Amino acid sequence: MSISRRDFLKNSAAVAAAGAVGISVPATAQEAAAQAESDWRWDKAACRFCGTGCGIMLATKGGKIVAVKGDPAAPVNRGLNCIKGYFTAKIMYGADRLKTPLLRMNDKGEFDKKGKFKPVSWQRAFDEMEKHIKKALKASGPEGVAMFSSGQHTIMEGYAAQKLWKAGFRSNALDPNARHCMASAVVGFYQTFGIDEPSGCYDDIELTDTVVAWGSNMAEMHPILWSRVSDRKLSNPDRVKVVSIQTYTHRTSDLADIEIIFSPNTDLAIWNYIAREIVMRDEAEKIIDWDFVKKHIVFAVGPVNIGYGLRRADDKSIKENKYSALEMETVSKEMQKAVSAKEAPALEPYGYKEGDVMKNIPGTLGHWEISFEEYKKSLEPYTLEYTAKIAKGDPNEDIEQFKKKLQALANLYIEKDRKVVSFWTMGMNQHTRGTWVNTQSYNVHFMLNKQAKPGSGAFSLTGQPSACGTAREVGTFAHRLPADMMVENPKHREITEKGWNVPLGTINPVGDQHIMKIHRDIEDGVVKFAWVSVCNAYQDSASAHHWINAAREMDNFIVTSDGYPGISAKVSDLVLPSAMIYEKWGGYGNAERRTQLWRQQVVPVGEAMSDTWQMVELAKRFKLKDVWGEYTLRSGTKLANVIDAAKKMGYTEDTTLYEVLYANEKAKSYKADPNKFPQKGFDNTEVFGDSRNVKGSDGEVFKGYGFMIQEYLFEEYAGFGRGHGHDLAPFEVYHQVRGLKWPVVDGKETQWRFNVKYDPYAAKAAKQTGADDFAFYGTLAKALPQGDLKGIKDETLKPLPNKAKIFARPYMDPPEMPDEKYDTWLCTGRVLEHWHSGTMTMRVPELFRAVPEALCYINPKDATAKGFKQGELIWVESRRGKVKARVETRGRNRPPQGLVFVPWFDEKVFINKVCLDATCPMSKQTDYKKCAVKLYKA
Amino acid sequence: MENTTKKPQISERRKFFTNIAHNAGLGLMGGLLWAGYADKAKGSALTLRPPGALKEEDFLSACIKCGLCAEACTNRPSNISKETGKPRPGTLKIAKAQDDVTIGTPFFIANDVPCYMCEDIPCVPVCPTGALDMASLTNKNNELDFRLMDMGIAVVDPNSCIAFWGIQCDACYRACPLMDEAIKLEYDRNERTGKHAFLKPIVVMDVCTGCGLCEKACVTDKPAIFIQPRDIALGDPGEHYVKGWDIKDEQRAIDQEIGDVTTKTERSKKGAADYLNEGVDFE
Repeated sequence: MSISRRDFLKNSAAVAAAGAVGISVPATAQEAAAQAESDWRWDKAACRFCGTGCGIMLATKGGKIVAVKGDPAAPVNRGLNCIKGYFTAKIMYGADRLKTPLLRMNDKGEFDKKGKFKPVSWQRAFDEMEKHIKKALKASGPEGVAMFSSGQHTIMEGYAAQKLWKAGFRSNALDPNARHCMASAVVGFYQTFGIDEPSGCYDDIELTDTVVAWGSNMAEMHPILWSRVSDRKLSNPDRVKVVSIQTYTHRTSDLADIEIIFSPNTDLAIWNYIAREIVMRDEAEKIIDWDFVKKHIVFAVGPVNIGYGLRRADDKSIKENKYSALEMETVSKEMQKAVSAKEAPALEPYGYKEGDVMKNIPGTLGHWEISFEEYKKSLEPYTLEYTAKIAKGDPNEDIEQFKKKLQALANLYIEKDRKVVSFWTMGMNQHTRGTWVNTQSYNVHFMLNKQAKPGSGAFSLTGQPSACGTAREVGTFAHRLPADMMVENPKHREITEKGWNVPLGTINPVGDQHIMKIHRDIEDGVVKFAWVSVCNAYQDSASAHHWINAAREMDNFIVTSDGYPGISAKVSDLVLPSAMIYEKWGGYGNAERRTQLWRQQVVPVGEAMSDTWQMVELAKRFKLKDVWGEYTLRSGTKLANVIDAAKKMGYTEDTTLYEVLYANEKAKSYKADPNKFPQKGFDNTEVFGDSRNVKGSDGEVFKGYGFMIQEYLFEEYAGFGRGHGHDLAPFEVYHQVRGLKWPVVDGKETQWRFNVKYDPYAAKAAKQTGADDFAFYGTLAKALPQGDLKGIKDETLKPLPNKAKIFARPYMDPPEMPDEKYDTWLCTGRVLEHWHSGTMTMRVPELFRAVPEALCYINPKDATAKGFKQGELIWVESRRGKVKARVETRGRNRPPQGLVFVPWFDEKVFINKVCLDATCPMSKQTDYKKCAVKLYKA
Repeated sequence: MENTTKKPQISERRKFFTNIAHNAGLGLMGGLLWAGYADKAKGSALTLRPPGALKEEDFLSACIKCGLCAEACTNRPSNISKETGKPRPGTLKIAKAQDDVTIGTPFFIANDVPCYMCEDIPCVPVCPTGALDMASLTNKNNELDFRLMDMGIAVVDPNSCIAFWGIQCDACYRACPLMDEAIKLEYDRNERTGKHAFLKPIVVMDVCTGCGLCEKACVTDKPAIFIQPRDIALGDPGEHYVKGWDIKDEQRAIDQEIGDVTTKTERSKKGAADYLNEGVDFE
């Protein structure tokens, strides 16, 4: 039987479609499809893009991925994808893929910071990295060697990076772009639950009656979840309510029963208004579940004068006048500020009045227990009048109408027997009070006993595919170790050092070099070597001109590993070609704690090699004597020489980091066996090398490590979490299933954590407390001093095992707000068609064509008032910089007057030159959603 | 029917004036050999014309092929390239011999450069003959209104539109300058997955202007949403079917010109007496 290519496509499509809908296909068609596909191989994987974690199927033929389809067996998406998801393979084959290392060189072939990029061998690339890391260690110690990591690092890559940095270089200057994405959610989890990550899961969508989206454009950023929300709404349109609470109208409001447009930062006030309604109406209406609250909750507060995560007056670059007078107008608020009329009523219970000078002490995570009465006092200012007055975001909306919406919102939460899920993404996380607003969400859910229950709970949606799986669970943050352990905790360091088989005292106890600090440390001349890995740190960081200037003009060495050339590569000294997602074995963890692994589908292009390989090869260049000597950190903390201790463990001073961290005895016990599942039939460049015979770091053809390195990295990492509430299933199991939600106990995943009915860890903890419903068993910050809203009164630490916290948090102004000179709010964010900085999706013709450039979305009235025509180029200028963008008064994003939205995917509309690098002082996450700009014709 | 066209019929008086202008234009361009020939060369019925264009037949007789509209389109401020500071290729092209369009007349290809629906519609006021009719784009407040544009209509092929398969796309919906007005989403439950919804793009006929931004944004190989001239893409139910449930719909019937209401079929054509006198055939 001969079939044409057309018939073949038709047949295989029919079979795939029929299989997905569960109908049978005539035997002849099935045979035809089977024959056509005989040289195709379909295998499962996770989507490359957002935190939803959709399952996909990849077809490989002739060493290339030739087709993608949604995985009908995947519980998250059941065979569907969004359009980005369908291009998850096409992103690998852009015409300008990086295929060879590139080094800036002069005509003599020497490294030259001002030279042009020219191709070099991998060996030369590692020579340069080795040289510059050694130079940086000599100049600044471990604090001088940094890596910009990623929520898109695979679990194994993140773990490899963590070992190399934290044990190898003894540097905690390792931080993921996930810092920009959900660090506020993390600190919110830590402060409230004592353990990271959501209690609920996506099944809540099908079970709830109410979806409230706070500062989240789910419709564009989590399209598959949004289609589940849409379906839930359709299933019972009268009962199911959708509320969209945003600073501008966007796609997510399409489905909403109520849309609330609020003034930037006043989500803090709206949450408190809801809490106030609950508390003040409780006596009459019996709203609070006091049985739950008394058993499981304590009330707490922390200081409010914590600043805005900006540069401090004593920072070197401030003293050296690297910040303009205009910039300093905002930066000065970091040190002190006058309490404004807008925030004064909210700060009154904390002892401040209008005009008071608030002296800021940089962010602290410290907090103390208070009474319920004190918490109640903190809510008193949030009357409907005050809240509506400061929170109404659309100047043209009627205030009475706005008040009605606020009341309706509170009533939806309060309504007995109504299940409520609160979802949020960047709006609540990218916020100078991001940690606060995250904890506020749990306040409301806790008082109503609508948390950690099927269909109810506050649920932080992550932006990146493995922000949870890698950045958080592996712990590639500056302050973290695997499984919620912290570098500052001596016991946690010890557990980790034992797990890694490195001397006690190896790990640096100071973990303060978060992303913005790394950038600032480069500008201050402390960090001399930085490696950008699976992110675009120079396009995605606010106040960008400072960091680019520092990278290009100062004495340092910047490396970027990427699939494509972007801004980070452009400002680097060395560019390394990375294997992309399905050119390597990997694993991601999504927002609902679902871990998913995949196999290498194809051999990488050119000489591209995986990020794991790049780190492991670099480790070969360092002997213990190069890295484990004595250091004194900036803070004065001493890192002891651990070489002698290492010798006692059987190492010598000439043992390499490669042998200690990666190719140790335990690692070699994970056998490479190409005849065994899941390895059988699949490439494994890291383990065996591959058909390209790429010349590696020693100039010889790389023939592979010879042991199953991905399984080793995964299993060693998983060892830290097993038995501690983070249990993962064995490596092999994840190649058989469509992901599992941890903790996986006795082969069973967990849907709702802390709930005795669903979570074995809660059941175990509840046995000790005698509770039969919940146990909030997280262990961080579970002993508190006592006090009131104004401070600590009794330093004695009172333990609060298995309890969660409700925090008093006031409304406060952000550090930069529109004024006469800069009269407009600027908010940046994403669009459905493009992923982050566009390095991958701008190479896909279909996506490029759909959205070729970033536009400045503006209210038509503002455009008219400023004399802008649709499509015209204007300048968007802040105190930091300006970009040219095209006016868009129509379409998907419709801001109220006084606010513009400019997405950041387009390097030609480099909006991060304009944005402010203020962060939540607790989580250190940048607030990309608020700064002040002026607009004028270009 | 109001849904099938927003285009005005040219009045006899207007036709008279445009013909004068036309002839004057031809006079001016007399040196161009193709000018006379172009009138006869019949272009494709699928041609998309600039905003405000008269009905094709009237347009062809009114257009003097001066190219001012295309020039205005190219030189509008919103067409300046960010990188070069110079104009990019405009939406409106002037037909050349190889185009399947009457030579010298303006047209656009939505899939190439769609119409961006400028607020001031710069291509229209420059038209010297009224081939691009300002009146048709002028609203009750006497302002030019891009919402009144009517270059064509977007048509969705539900078989090739991936949103109808359940894939989360709506690229056309988001690209539409009249989002949620000209293209709306129809929500349907996806019974196969049991937990997702279809979000299907539906074109609202009397709002869509045919600008083509949807066609340009469509992510399928050959766009599953595309612009066609209204008279090609749409049917016409005529005035006979009046919606009994919609009081306003009566107007359509009332507005029709009532001529001879007699109906004729094969059965009725003989007249009653002739028929009766034929007798009855018993065989």
